[in-house]
Amino acid sequence: MPKPAKGARLGGSPAHERLILANLATQLFQHGRIRTTETKAKRLRPLAERLITKAKKGDIHNRRQVLTVVKDKGVVHHLFTEIAPTFAERPGGYTRITKLGPRKGDSAPMAMIELVSEPLNAVTTTRTTPAATPAEEVVELPENDTATAEATPADEAPADAAPADEKTESKKDEA
Amino acid sequence: MAVPKRKMSRSNTRSRRAQWKTAAPALVSCNQCRSPKLPHVACPTCGTYNRRQVIEPSA
Repeated sequence: MPKPAKGARLGGSPAHERLILANLATQLFQHGRIRTTETKAKRLRPLAERLITKAKKGDIHNRRQVLTVVKDKGVVHHLFTEIAPTFAERPGGYTRITKLGPRKGDSAPMAMIELVSEPLNAVTTTRTTPAATPAEEVVELPENDTATAEATPADEAPADAAPADEKTESKKDEA
Repeated sequence: MAVPKRKMSRSNTRSRRAQWKTAAPALVSCNQCRSPKLPHVACPTCGTYNRRQVIEPSA
């Protein structure tokens, strides 16, 4: 069951809050970025991202569900045809909120909420394999016979790959 | 309804108000333009946040 939002509704009544958030979502999809108060931006974010998720599915049922919030058919068309394809491979997190500091008249904290337009960064994982392979090589040399270890650098300095393979094979046999 | 019995003296009023103090906001220097700004807030001087242009700089 959905958990009701705590605290007062924006604008005083639930109906007014629905209207405010629907208008903000419409303006966000129309302009790409809007400047509003931090509170409204934070309340708008889950609604806007839910609408974009529906737009990514793109069928007529989802379009009708979005139309219950965003009344403007032109904006909904823009959302489904222009905005949704840009978020095709992005798994959520379609909007970004940046704080802008207090407003002049009433010192209300303002924020900029915008649709993320940057391309998705490739996931980079830091594996320990590059660090592990030199460590193994260092360990291999003392374990081998001292005669072969001394002979291989002197005799076959250019052909490093073949002795290394032989060493690993001999190690596997021993182990 | 409960109401005050006595007028509050100027001294008491002023003593109470003497505790109204403001605190200077903690500021950090902007990455981009080195001017002081509020932390976690876009720089009002150059309009950037994390070196990303967020707003037009307000002159």
